[in-house]
Amino acid sequence: MNVKTMPADPKGVDSGPHFMDGDHALAEGALAAGCRFFAGYPITPSTETFERFAERAPEVGAMFIQMEDELSAIAANIGAVWGGQKVMTVTCGPGFSLMVENIGLAAMTETPMVICNVQRAGPSTGAPTLTAQQDMMQAKYGPHGDNAMIALSPDSPQECFDLAIEAFNLSEYYRVPVIILTDETVGHMHEKVVIPPADQIKVVPRNLFTGPKEDFRPYKFNSKGGNPMTRAGDGYRFHITGLTHNEKGYPVVTAEQNKIVVTHLMEKINGNADDIVRLEEDQIEGADVVVVSYGITSRIAVKAIQDARKEGIKVGSLRMITIWPFCEKRIRELAGKVKTFVVPELNYGQMVNEVERCAGGKSKVISVNHCGGAVHDPEVILEAIRKGSK
Amino acid sequence: MSQDIAQFKKDSPMSGTLRMDRMSHIWCPGCGIGSEVNAFAEAVKRSGIDPDKLAVVSGIGCTGRVAGYVDFDSIHTTHGRAIPVATGLKLARPDMKVVVFSGEGDLTGIGGNHFIHAARRNMDIVVICNNNFTYGMTGGQVTPTTPHSAVSSTTPFGNHEYPFNLPFLADAAGATYIARWTSMHSRNLIQSMEEALSRKGFSFIEIISPCTTLYLRRNRLGDGVDALQFYQENALLKHGADTRTLDLDFQGKITIGKFVEKDKPTYIEALDNQCVKVVGDDYELYGKTIPEREAEEKAEKARVAERRAAVLAEEEKARAKAGVVKVSAKIPVKAGAKKAVAKTTKKAAAATTKKVAAKTVTAKKTTAKSTTAKKAVVKTAKKAAPKAKAKAAVKKVAAKPATKKVAAKPAAKKTRK
Repeated sequence: MNVKTMPADPKGVDSGPHFMDGDHALAEGALAAGCRFFAGYPITPSTETFERFAERAPEVGAMFIQMEDELSAIAANIGAVWGGQKVMTVTCGPGFSLMVENIGLAAMTETPMVICNVQRAGPSTGAPTLTAQQDMMQAKYGPHGDNAMIALSPDSPQECFDLAIEAFNLSEYYRVPVIILTDETVGHMHEKVVIPPADQIKVVPRNLFTGPKEDFRPYKFNSKGGNPMTRAGDGYRFHITGLTHNEKGYPVVTAEQNKIVVTHLMEKINGNADDIVRLEEDQIEGADVVVVSYGITSRIAVKAIQDARKEGIKVGSLRMITIWPFCEKRIRELAGKVKTFVVPELNYGQMVNEVERCAGGKSKVISVNHCGGAVHDPEVILEAIRKGSK
Repeated sequence: MSQDIAQFKKDSPMSGTLRMDRMSHIWCPGCGIGSEVNAFAEAVKRSGIDPDKLAVVSGIGCTGRVAGYVDFDSIHTTHGRAIPVATGLKLARPDMKVVVFSGEGDLTGIGGNHFIHAARRNMDIVVICNNNFTYGMTGGQVTPTTPHSAVSSTTPFGNHEYPFNLPFLADAAGATYIARWTSMHSRNLIQSMEEALSRKGFSFIEIISPCTTLYLRRNRLGDGVDALQFYQENALLKHGADTRTLDLDFQGKITIGKFVEKDKPTYIEALDNQCVKVVGDDYELYGKTIPEREAEEKAEKARVAERRAAVLAEEEKARAKAGVVKVSAKIPVKAGAKKAVAKTTKKAAAATTKKVAAKTVTAKKTTAKSTTAKKAVVKTAKKAAPKAKAKAAVKKVAAKPATKKVAAKPAAKKTRK
């Protein structure tokens, strides 16, 4: 990602060590990244982010509004982005289900924004508010139609802060909604969070078009990031629509144009996966078993991995920080080299299907699923590692 | 031939307010939306608003396509979400005028919740609702306003539901400007839209409009011309009418007029009021400080008045050329409404003292205390305008206290970093 960055606006950076939970860290991360607009709707376990932003908004000159529902919250955010603001909202499963309508609009209109899904156990109202990781596929396939989005998954309050900034940077560069998939445990877990000084935080500013009016195009279908956009009031008189459109933003409802638009939307993310995907690897070289995990589950897995190593099993860890686009390339590289992938997750088995797909039958894949409500017992993961090493 | 059309489009009087490169539009012959958009374009021109500082947001449906044809910043949103998108846009850019132009199914069916909440907040947007009693784009289904007993594709035996009375709904929810017209009442519509564009707060204009292809055909009500004739014969002008009495029966009388106009702090003003009350001096008004905001408002008012005067003068010239007598400009106002006369004189005063007002702005920006600012204003005004007439007008400007409803005196001292 070759992109111009600038230091964060010190107004929104509360530098220093803090003791805070993941939800609060998300709000601080957003403020540090330059987010100055927040429309949301309360839902446990994400409400703390929302409340912190409400309190901090006047200090930093930001606008906070509690809308009448999640439908309008995400819609107001889209409006604010085209008014020139960086925006974020938080929710969890039931709210996210309502939001997918306009997340689709944001993807189609290439509107940058950050949406945090502090996952709780579903389906429907589910088990408020016990932890889960059941919305992994929804983050990718939530909105109807083909569209590619970016999703990140932090495993600690510190990472909530860091990834909030990263999410804004990715969304600005690729002009795409970025989803932070955290969960109730990380959201409500208090830990030390160190917020660096403003000048050490790199922020991608909005890339605004500055050329002559007749050259202005709100879109560029080049399967790349870094395309400029505009904001209301700058005199370019943009038009954006959820309809299939041309580069001017005008509706062109034909099969040819649909192909052009969809290809661009998919390829600007999937085609740049190498630039986007971030993984954390540990002792993968020569490992018999690789534990593929993410979010809170990765921290549970650490205990199982340590215990397995004590037993002499060669086990590596691959933590997905980026969920979507999926780390396809890396899994394909490892497939055949490792005996088994062990995939623990707080759902009935979602990301494991992706791992299985990419493993292509060359390595065994063991799903350690757990329906949510509570985190794994490390012993269960350890048992899977033992099984996988044989 | 195609070159001729291109030239024709370029020369159109609507060029600059409508996207002529997107014509022709998708609306059916006899549909009311075209004349409404025409009226809107005219109202924007007359209002003197800078077209670059105007945004139009639409939802889905026939009327939802309006955003695609107006030459302003425009967003065509998902079904029902025009108002929340407009809310976000307005809050992100408080200096812009934001208009929602959509149909009744979009605004009060799928988007009904957003409609009442935006009215409740007195969000500073103009909502124009094309009410044609039908979901046109999907083939003529029943809507929340379809009159009782009217036929639609989903009520083939006549509508058994009871419709919304939209002005009453808006009134109950807290809208501060409510009017209803038909698509035939072009002049009233232009005036009403212009009024709505020139004021603050949640303004709602309902426009009864014919859907020739579906609603009229299914109910055997003739074509577009028949509809207009019906409107002419059955519209009752009743300004200030009680909104509870505005129900629409199938082919019954249509009460039109301006029903409500009242002052109430907008969402942002109310937010600032509350925070100033609680936080006091430390609170920075959203976006800018009081003197900054006042200065900007004044300058903008002067600019608007100037543009408006230019447009009117041009029209006057054209009329004089054609030998047409001038028609009255303002809609009469009923109880609770602002004095239209005072408003126009104020506007005129602002126009005559445009230069002075500009100086006022600079004077205000540099002086910290509002009292000194006021003195400075009078001084510069005296210097700049030796004529008695101008002087009087200036005094009026200067005499207006520098504090707004919001403006706690100490807050005025604060300047923004």
